Amino acid sequence: MKLDLSLTVNGEAISARVEPRMHLVDFLREVLDLTGSHAGCEHGVCGACSILVNGEMVRGCLMLAVQAEGAEVWTVEGLTESGAIAALQEAFVARNALQCGYCTPGMLVAAATLLKANPSPTREEIREGISGNYCRCTGYHAIVDAIEEVSRA
Amino acid sequence: MKPAPFAYARATTLAEVFDLLETHGDSARLLAGGQSLVAALNLRLASPSVLLDINGVAALRGISFADGRLRIGALTRHAELGADPLVAQHAPLLAQAVPHIAHAAIRNRGTIGGSLALADPAAELPACILALEAVLVLASREGERRVAARDFFQGLYQTALRGDEVLAAVEIASQADVPCTLQELARRHGDYAIVGLAAQSARGALRLAWFGVGATPLRTPRAEAALAAGDVAGAQAALAGELDPPEDLHGPPALRLHLARVLLGRAAAALKGH
Repeated sequence: MKLDLSLTVNGEAISARVEPRMHLVDFLREVLDLTGSHAGCEHGVCGACSILVNGEMVRGCLMLAVQAEGAEVWTVEGLTESGAIAALQEAFVARNALQCGYCTPGMLVAAATLLKANPSPTREEIREGISGNYCRCTGYHAIVDAIEEVSRA
Repeated sequence: MKPAPFAYARATTLAEVFDLLETHGDSARLLAGGQSLVAALNLRLASPSVLLDINGVAALRGISFADGRLRIGALTRHAELGADPLVAQHAPLLAQAVPHIAHAAIRNRGTIGGSLALADPAAELPACILALEAVLVLASREGERRVAARDFFQGLYQTALRGDEVLAAVEIASQADVPCTLQELARRHGDYAIVGLAAQSARGALRLAWFGVGATPLRTPRAEAALAAGDVAGAQAALAGELDPPEDLHGPPALRLHLARVLLGRAAAALKGH
């Protein structure tokens, strides 16, 4: 059984038919070919699938695509194109805040969400803000540095 | 992993929810925030044949205050709970609990009703509800019935909810200006607690509700009485007879009992300094 789905992704109106069991990040990756959002643990722990739905950060693996009916979704691709996270991306590169890059799209969404709510976070607040996003390469220090640098720019 | 196939239906009114529950019975699950249910579907720990999405049911939304009681709609998301001025004023224990619940992305979707109906014994909100002596409003086609928090949590993931009912709201007598504190120990920020404590003062008495130490959130009346009388050491000693935490990956029962005593000491200090 497939259901009709209409939503906006990265500013573009999308209509599709999806199985109810398809979660949102698989819809983005497999149907729309937006592979920037990563499906890591698929049970809400790793944060690699973090995206914005109606302006709020959510786990793409813990929301069904059919639940995004009428929603406005932004992924790392759209946020890159719009320039919304350009300063963060620049700082991540400058500070070596990624190695394999698997966590980076979700980490950027978490960082942007944090800075929107709290433009001048302490390092402790930055660590709390990214605590739902796992990084297995960097040890987080460089990521905290990069976010801190953007917050002070 | 990916979920097994299921059918999906959206409800926008309680009447539709009751119809769908009647039609599908035990093979259906209600979908609220989905932050535990969708994970369980992905892991194939749950495989309902129908999901009933209740996110569009307006009657389950909203926070209001009347006649000294706070009413919190079941679909209130954790982030909303943490930011609501009525909650901060009348049930500050809940506002204190929110930052401990998982992570920001989860708090944007997860709901209080979902957390209570799931009744995870390591979760913060069931223990808070117990410490607040809240009343749960359960709705069915026959109408509403009210169940005290102490009667709602019946076992591991077991509640008083019947198959034809939906948790509609939580009602709490105002705790404005009454000291409370939430304490927990977790290995990492946002993890489930190894041991947690929701403590609420109440007219010379004290209510201690523990989470992560048994099959349900638990009250400890002897420790409550000792602490209310100002005897912190006596309260800590009483815990040995009142808590029987299971052994798990976090460590042996003795470790958790020790950590519970530590939390009780911290809670006593926090309540005193309130």
